[in-house]
Amino acid sequence: MNNGRIPKISFRNAEKTFYSSSGESHTALTAGNLDVYKGEFLCLVGPSGCGKSTAINLMAGFEQPTGGSVLIDGEPVLEPHPDRIMIFQDYGLFPWKTALDNVMFGLRCRGIKEVDAKKTALAALESVNLTAEAKRHPHELSGGMKQRVALARALAVEPGVLFMDEPFAALDAFTRLRLQDELLDIRKKRQITVIFVTHDLDEAIYLGDRVVVMAANPGRFEDIITVDLPYPRDRTEQSFDHYRKKLFHAFNLVHNSERKHSNTQQVTASL
Amino acid sequence: MRDKIEKLLLPALALGAFILIWQYAASHYPPEQFPTPLGVVQAISELVQQGGLWKDISISMVRLCAAYLSAVLCAIPLGLFLGRCRPCLRAIDPVVQLLRPISPIAWFPLAVLWFGIGNTPAIFIIFMAAFFPILLSTVNAVRAIPDIYYKVSRNFGARPALVFLRILIPAAFPGIMNGLHIALGTAWIHLVAGEMLGADSGLGYLIINARNYLRTDLIMAGMFLVGLLGLLLNRLITAGERLINKQWGITTQEQ
Ligand SMILES: Nc1ncnc2c1ncn2[C@@H]1O[C@H](COP(=O)(O)OP(=O)(O)O)[C@@H](O)[C@H]1O
Ligand SMILES: [Mg+2]
Repeated sequence: MNNGRIPKISFRNAEKTFYSSSGESHTALTAGNLDVYKGEFLCLVGPSGCGKSTAINLMAGFEQPTGGSVLIDGEPVLEPHPDRIMIFQDYGLFPWKTALDNVMFGLRCRGIKEVDAKKTALAALESVNLTAEAKRHPHELSGGMKQRVALARALAVEPGVLFMDEPFAALDAFTRLRLQDELLDIRKKRQITVIFVTHDLDEAIYLGDRVVVMAANPGRFEDIITVDLPYPRDRTEQSFDHYRKKLFHAFNLVHNSERKHSNTQQVTASL
Repeated sequence: MRDKIEKLLLPALALGAFILIWQYAASHYPPEQFPTPLGVVQAISELVQQGGLWKDISISMVRLCAAYLSAVLCAIPLGLFLGRCRPCLRAIDPVVQLLRPISPIAWFPLAVLWFGIGNTPAIFIIFMAAFFPILLSTVNAVRAIPDIYYKVSRNFGARPALVFLRILIPAAFPGIMNGLHIALGTAWIHLVAGEMLGADSGLGYLIINARNYLRTDLIMAGMFLVGLLGLLLNRLITAGERLINKQWGITTQEQ
């Protein structure tokens, strides 16, 4: 389906090794290639420690690769950029600002005048159904509301790319399901590329155009599964189950091969 | 209802017991050695009627404000800077750690030699008392700012001045406020000490001067006033701190 399309984001043998102060090195992500296309919803799944955050931080420009390169629109990513906003699991809201002021922050950074920023911010809050909470501080909001504020803050600056690192992992199941639907709605309305990290296989199948299967020790991109289901998807359908099985299978293979590699360390399939 | 009893009645009972024990103890001594509660009340009204009291209180307050504000103006900017500059903090840390345990009162001989008797030595001592708590809490507050705030700011392309004013200062503010609270207490304690040693006016001087006339009732009256004003100052800054913590969503265990 991606034939002939120019990638929006590409990993070109990008690798990330961390060096501890004692001089030890630890490769969080081994050299790999990956193309993400414009407007695509790409999920990264894998057990913890497989380099999901490392990969998304490289794309977002919070980290620099120690080998190879990560390109966006053909240019190496050197810095975070306001056109590509990261949503964190722990929201990253400023507790002393109201929801509205938090959403206005990104706009004020751009030098947009207060009145205009306020108008845009209110519209963004409305798009995540938080109009009534505009004047509240983060500590007065539930986890789901906080993540909506963070989402509104990102959407207010109309980014081309949204990076999300396990954004719903701390939320209860009902809130998580609702936010997944809201995210798909937003994505339908805007031309936006979404990179979404999760360790929840169902979430990945429900959201992603493609799901990147990652493996640990060392962290790497192992496989890519294209989810050929129309939105909105139905978790209870047989076709959904098909992908569920496919992903489980992929992870079993990953773990089996890992077990073969390392006799010393018992790797358990903890999904 | 029960809450109200605990809040008002119990402290009132304790206070009554305290006064009774005081009265009982004082009855064993001549009043010039250990005055009774009533004697102290009379001494306070004597001070009020004489009219010099307001001058002493206001001069103490002026000294406190001058010293405290200069400590705030020096310690906060320095603390913000050191909190952001790790090598600078490393470099300056031994000096701070060496100076900090020296009681501000130990500076008194030098202060009098340098500045003479009057306002300046007292102000200097209060300054020393307030400076370090503010400096250290500011440094700690800045260092405790979660990295995610900087990440978000960087992501949205915030300029350094905006990060400083809109993120760093407000994020560190509750911690700084806590230092300001502690520093006000130590400043007040050392105001009295400073005025006892190196001044010829103010509440500390009032106490030391009463001793020169062997007026124990006036000494205790002065001590009582120092305690009362200290309590009021503390109440004031606690209210301010509460307000800020509420705004910031920090819940304290009190209340
Ligand atoms: N800043 C860092 N310094 C050293 N090691 C790190 C750092 N960040 C991540 N790692 C290591 O890299 C590996 C991958 O981490 P991460 O990308 O956070 O995994 P995931 O998000 O999939 O759980 C882990 O083993 C982790 O300990
Ligand atoms: Mg992670």
